[in-house]
Amino acid sequence: MTNPLVHLCLVFLQMSLLAFGGANTILPELQRQVVDVNHMMSPHTFAALFALAQAAPGPNMMVVSLIGWHVAGLSGAILTMVCVVLPSSVLTFLVASAWQRFRDAPWRKAIQKGLMPVTAGLLLSSAALLIKATTLDWSLGLLTLAVTVVLLTTKVHPMLVLGGAATLGAVGVVG
Amino acid sequence: MSETPAFPAPADAAAAAQSAPSVANIFTGFFMVGVRGFGGVLPWARRTIVEERKWLTATEFAEVLGLCQFLPGGNIINVSVAVGARFRGMAGSVAAVLGLMLAPVAIVVGLGAIYDQFADQPIVRRAFAGLAAAASAFVLTASIKIAAPLRGRWLALAIAAITFVAIAVIRLPLPMAMPVLAVASILVLWRFEK
Repeated sequence: MTNPLVHLCLVFLQMSLLAFGGANTILPELQRQVVDVNHMMSPHTFAALFALAQAAPGPNMMVVSLIGWHVAGLSGAILTMVCVVLPSSVLTFLVASAWQRFRDAPWRKAIQKGLMPVTAGLLLSSAALLIKATTLDWSLGLLTLAVTVVLLTTKVHPMLVLGGAATLGAVGVVG
Repeated sequence: MSETPAFPAPADAAAAAQSAPSVANIFTGFFMVGVRGFGGVLPWARRTIVEERKWLTATEFAEVLGLCQFLPGGNIINVSVAVGARFRGMAGSVAAVLGLMLAPVAIVVGLGAIYDQFADQPIVRRAFAGLAAAASAFVLTASIKIAAPLRGRWLALAIAAITFVAIAVIRLPLPMAMPVLAVASILVLWRFEK
């Protein structure tokens, strides 16, 4: 087998240009690659790393760095991040100056409209796979449900929600 | 690479050049965005760029964001590329992305190291079980929000359902499934929806 870090980097270079809607849409593929195909970690570790990235400051993409770090240490964290950031950034750089010209073009709107349901399906896939990994028992499933309702119906700060959930787990109310 | 900055600055170039942030300013500006972005970076990016540093007006920021949501990649990473390019070309883009990512990567790796150290402690394991269940809820919430406008549009809903089955159930590789799904979805909705 090739060097796992090289393999990861190749995966992330591709993912960069497929991540319409940000990091969360490529989670199913990341999980498939690092858990199912290459057995670099368990689905539970994957979910824990995702939770850690969610709780840390910075873009959603930070989960990529954590995966890289878990597989190959500091160089893994930096290399995977460069790989996932570079292709989409180059594209943004090249397209930015032309944006004003095609912003209102019919084909631009058609593409965005067509990508929407695919993005929705991908996000739902991410959610389903994560929930499958994080629902270790019924109380944790209930917590996921409760947090979803809170996030949909209130404006509570996300960090407060995450802190509350971690505390509930730590003191043994859930899990 | 061409010398023309992306998102050309306003017509009154003299005033614009005077107020245009330097490469170092761009770096520190996005560094602050990255450091403060707990639980979502976008609000901090808007606050830093529009309100505190006044690099862009609210309308200009919305326009940049529109582009960055259209393109693949992390939205906020794309915003930093576009804003950096607008003022200082490629050097600006590089400074913006490095500034944005430096602290979060360092923090997340530090947290990862701490997690690895203590992952086998029962209390840490339990805290993480709760944290991870909540993190799942964040993604579920995001998917519900993006799916909400699809309500009543049965073609779009069918495409979302097919995507879900292909990716979450059959577990097709994304590089294979995504281009097919995207092109099919664009064509089908273009032809059959309004």
